[in-house]
Amino acid sequence: MILQVTDLRVSFRTEHGMVRVLDGVSFDVAEGEVLGIVGESGSGKTMTVLAVMGLITDPNAVIEGSIKFRGRELVGLRPREMRDLRGREIAMIFQDPMTALTPVYTIGWQIAEQILTHEKVSKKAAWDRAIALLAEVGIPRPEEAVHRYPHQLSGGMRQRAVIAMALTCNPALLVADEPTTALDVTVQAQILDLLRKLQATHGSAIVFITHDLGVMAELADRIMVMYAGRIVERAAREPLFADPQHPYTVALLNSIPPLEGARPHRLQTIAGAPPSLSNLPQGCAFGPRCPKRFAACAARPRLTLPPHETACFLTGAP
Amino acid sequence: MTYAILQRLAQMLFVMFGISLLVFLIFFGTPGVDPAARIAGRNASPEVLEAVRHSFGFDQPFYVQYLTMMKKIFVTGDLTSFVNRGWKVVPAVLDTIPVTLSLVFGAAVLWVVFSLIIGVVAAAFRDRWPDKLLMILGLIGISMPVYWLGEVMNLITQSRFHDIWLFAWVPPLGYKEFGKDPEGWFLTLVIPWITLSILYIGLYGRVLRASITEALQEDYIRTARAKGLSETRILLRHALRTSLIAFVTLFGLDFGALVGGSALLTEVVFGLQGVGKLTFDALQNLDLPVIMTTVLYASFFVVLANAVVDVVYILLDPRVRTS
Ligand SMILES: Nc1ncnc2c1ncn2[C@@H]1O[C@H](COP(=O)(O)OP(=O)(O)OP(=O)(O)O)[C@@H](O)[C@H]1O
Ligand SMILES: [Mg+2]
Repeated sequence: MILQVTDLRVSFRTEHGMVRVLDGVSFDVAEGEVLGIVGESGSGKTMTVLAVMGLITDPNAVIEGSIKFRGRELVGLRPREMRDLRGREIAMIFQDPMTALTPVYTIGWQIAEQILTHEKVSKKAAWDRAIALLAEVGIPRPEEAVHRYPHQLSGGMRQRAVIAMALTCNPALLVADEPTTALDVTVQAQILDLLRKLQATHGSAIVFITHDLGVMAELADRIMVMYAGRIVERAAREPLFADPQHPYTVALLNSIPPLEGARPHRLQTIAGAPPSLSNLPQGCAFGPRCPKRFAACAARPRLTLPPHETACFLTGAP
Repeated sequence: MTYAILQRLAQMLFVMFGISLLVFLIFFGTPGVDPAARIAGRNASPEVLEAVRHSFGFDQPFYVQYLTMMKKIFVTGDLTSFVNRGWKVVPAVLDTIPVTLSLVFGAAVLWVVFSLIIGVVAAAFRDRWPDKLLMILGLIGISMPVYWLGEVMNLITQSRFHDIWLFAWVPPLGYKEFGKDPEGWFLTLVIPWITLSILYIGLYGRVLRASITEALQEDYIRTARAKGLSETRILLRHALRTSLIAFVTLFGLDFGALVGGSALLTEVVFGLQGVGKLTFDALQNLDLPVIMTTVLYASFFVVLANAVVDVVYILLDPRVRTS
């Protein structure tokens, strides 16, 4: 296992008391595996990976539980050591390539900066590697592109540059937080292709966040569904799409067009709104919106055992 | 580039023309303002007034008066004062320039260096006590009137505590030419520099702290953290670097205005014969040729400072370069 997260809990001190944003999140990622995380906005996907990256900088955040990277505990790790891991062994790609790069430096400068931070190489070598990386992610005429400023590239090219930057030190784990959400549909497909190709050549494990199940179906080996800061279902890709168990996952799948076959007359939406985290219902968090709710849901379900885990009493959750 | 410079020059001429016309109209076209009456003094008889009017050319049409004045400033350079007849205005203004430049340059060095330090340190310790302390000090610096501060400085360093070792080096008020006495130049200006810069140190420190803190919320800072950069590097190379754009704009405007004469109060308190002091004296006795010359000089510097800001902008922000 490259990453083992156990009972991760993240809370924020706010005016309305402690708000728990992640509640008992446990998962692991094997070498070279692609783990997908889906869920509605605010379900805690970003927070989960920020915790792994050690990038929750809010002084009001309280992080509990355990995050082990290659057996090494990251929670409570000294900032120096965490910095040394970040960008070298664990890298991250962000959602919006428009704002993810510092506007006043060239692409090459920003990639070289990361190489020079982690490795003792000459500036020249770092720039050469930046050019090679840009070529690898499919940016045309990379010798010229290194001298470009972020605003001179299109969104898709910028995201490629961001991906090149994430790959600089050949990370063992790559975290991608909705890397295609901000892009045009055609560009989305190209970026997904690129990620798939890079995954094959570099062999990094990837934690991939999206709220687009179609994207998920193309890339993920295993999928984890989150709701209100909790994991509600987790399974390999095929069983999850073929036989979703949790009513929330079923609703999510019904809300997108099917991957194959005829498009249904109309898509279903999930009734109600996601709950406020500061005021979660007792028991199952999805309960108030659940069409199959029954008496047992007043208690909080835990996950069933692998391979197809669900947190729903209908599926025999403990 | 050449085009941009020519455009600037044209803009500068236009601004200077506009301002000179405006000043001229204010002093001659405003009802109730009669420079002749002012020059002739109180209780002057109508005959005397008429004589004054004629001898100063006030009986000619506006545009003739205006053109004569412009010619005397720019072409012949022999414009004379209305108040001290025979006193050549252009050389007098030129004489004050080194004084004002010395004062403003020195103060600018101080305020840039110290506000950078304050802004960065406060942003690095944001919301903790060093930040709060620095911001309160900055606020105090901003709220102290420069005239009052100058008087207090003089009181301390010239009279009350002049004899203790700490201030014994402070020379008497007045300006010493750099070419003749560099040490004297430096020593006489130290206290005025400090006095003038305190307001700007407070102001710029606070502005910089705010813009760095804002920059630290940006997505690219999160990317920088994800790259594994140190907090110091993130603060200086990413957050500070992008914040400098606002800082430079502010600096150019203030610097231009100060060189153009807004250092007036400091000049008056410390007995420095600078542009501000000259304008101030000329305003007191409505000496239009002097006012006109200093105003033109000031507008020249304000536009020049703006042009310099634009160039620095291009150096600092690649986004401006291409568009
Ligand atoms: N500093 C904070 N203080 C309090 N609550 C916070 C803070 N930051 C985030 N949250 C809350 O944490 C929850 C989870 O946010 P997160 O960004 O992980 O959601 P997400 O699943 O990534 O959503 P999206 O699809 O919109 O990106 C949200 O409800 C958000 O309001
Ligand atoms: Mg998110």
